[in-house]
Amino acid sequence: MKAIYKREVQSYFNSMIGWMFTAALTAFIGIYFMAYNLFQGDAYFSTALGATLFVLMVLVPILTMRSMAEERRSRTDQLLLTAPASVTAVVMGKYLAMLTVLACPLAIACLCPLIIHFNGTAFLLSDYASILAFFLLGAAEIAVGLLISALTESQVLSAVGTFGLLLVLYLWDGLVAYLPSTAGGSLAGLLVILALVCFLVNALSSNWKVTAAVFVAGAAAIIGGYIAASDRFAGLLPDMLGRFSLLGAFDSFSVDHVFDVRGILLYLSLIALLVFLTVQVVQKRRWN
Amino acid sequence: MIEVKNLVKRYGNHCAVDHLSFTVEDGQVFGLLGPNGAGKSTTMNIMTGYLAATEGDVLIQGHNILEEPEAARKCVGYLPEIPPLYPDMTVLEYLRFCAELKKLPAERRKEDLDEVLSLTHLNGQAERLIRNLSKGYRQRVGLAQAILGFPPIIILDEPTVGLDPKQVVEIRSLIRHLAKEHTVLLSSHILSEIRAMCDHVLILRKGKVMACDTPEALEEKLSAGGALELSVRGSAEAVRSTVLTVDGITSCEAQQEGDTVKMMISADGDAREALFYAFAQARQPILEMRPKTATLEEVFLDLTDEDDAVAAQAAALLADTPDEAAVQTTDAEQEGTGDESDL
Repeated sequence: MKAIYKREVQSYFNSMIGWMFTAALTAFIGIYFMAYNLFQGDAYFSTALGATLFVLMVLVPILTMRSMAEERRSRTDQLLLTAPASVTAVVMGKYLAMLTVLACPLAIACLCPLIIHFNGTAFLLSDYASILAFFLLGAAEIAVGLLISALTESQVLSAVGTFGLLLVLYLWDGLVAYLPSTAGGSLAGLLVILALVCFLVNALSSNWKVTAAVFVAGAAAIIGGYIAASDRFAGLLPDMLGRFSLLGAFDSFSVDHVFDVRGILLYLSLIALLVFLTVQVVQKRRWN
Repeated sequence: MIEVKNLVKRYGNHCAVDHLSFTVEDGQVFGLLGPNGAGKSTTMNIMTGYLAATEGDVLIQGHNILEEPEAARKCVGYLPEIPPLYPDMTVLEYLRFCAELKKLPAERRKEDLDEVLSLTHLNGQAERLIRNLSKGYRQRVGLAQAILGFPPIIILDEPTVGLDPKQVVEIRSLIRHLAKEHTVLLSSHILSEIRAMCDHVLILRKGKVMACDTPEALEEKLSAGGALELSVRGSAEAVRSTVLTVDGITSCEAQQEGDTVKMMISADGDAREALFYAFAQARQPILEMRPKTATLEEVFLDLTDEDDAVAAQAAALLADTPDEAAVQTTDAEQEGTGDESDL
């Protein structure tokens, strides 16, 4: 893992990508820092960070697009996958290298709350917690990009796919608002989600018996719950999906200035799930 | 030692490797030979753990490649068909990365790197970016990567493809040098290469084993018994009548070329001496006389023929006794030549 991590970091900073990512993110954070904090006199650096979030949507796909896709296209994955290292180590090495690139502009951003502090009142704890949340949100987005990159051989497809998915995550709250809040609507929505989960299980296990068992058990639980207490199903779907809002979790740091442990756990568990899926995708390719 | 047991790889309905079994003993140079698409690369990819087999097992030094992947892969150096190089690294950076990836002990790393660089004649190129290297040099960097750390088993997929003749000679001598202390498994669709380097040949056709033996034994099995090729000065009729005075001649084809006659003679037993005296008595000088043997090339062409019938016939010959094979070889040859245009 260490060898791959070192090579990846070196490769990001030998090519344009690492520098470009660092420069662009630093520049945008700087612009909003100047506008909100220096000129408008907002004491919270987290306001500027919140405004910069949309930049990640564009920068993350550029950072992640070649991570797995390029290895496959140039057949260098043959070197990595026949070396005495596990697939998990290979994927983790690459993921940690991308996190390192993300950490560079954020390390520079750590100076901003200090600048505010030297010029008046600063809320250092709240601001540094926001920077941590920003990092974790970026890390979750990078994990999305990593998974998409492992699914394709083309960097362009990987970038476009990641951008599309991130866009959905950004519009999540708005989209969830359109979901039906009636009990019947929630039942239908939950069954659709169950079907999607089963599709994923089937793709990973290639075993229809397991998939069928998951589907039958899940459907029985949902329908059973609906018959037992259908009034609880009203508004359940938008409520449940709303909890997965990545930006919502960041907002509790940057707008409400609270340390949202649930949000941190959401980010961490999403990262773990996506990295796990990436490993499975790479493993599974041996068998197809 | 590598044991491949009953290996099957299916891509949908297409069977790339079909119940393949063989064993590579320690210290052997083992050649996988087959036309394009015979399943050589797939077999190697399975042996190194890059792909998983649909059925069957691969044991590397007793370690199953799927159950104990790290222990098994530690014993193997692999050069895939396309060398797995990162164009944005220099040769030295790349090899350092490979050494770390292969978990070579840090204190021996520098010596290993130096030795590998000098073996592959890359000393002068160590600081160059891989992006700027020619095809031949890239192949050598790939080879350097495979032999780095000197694993007991070295697997090379078409190591000399795309190289110029001088580089081919260099790589071959390097492989022969490595063979002194390592087990080498290499694949090729070029016959002369396998013959020049390998102790043992496995001929693959459509994922199946057609033959597995030493190159000499394969030729021997198909050598054409008592058949002789002769060039004699004189006219065809005169020469033919001389031949017919010798006992035991079963067939004789003669062809006039200028003032010499080229002949193919089959006989029971060794007729060379009798022929010599007969021609000497008739004062017809023999310019050339040699026993006709099937070359490995002919064996290969027949065994890997597109036509299933020809291939099956050729495979049957190898199982037969050499004498019976001799008569049939000529038929099979006439049917089975010229299909493999890339040879």
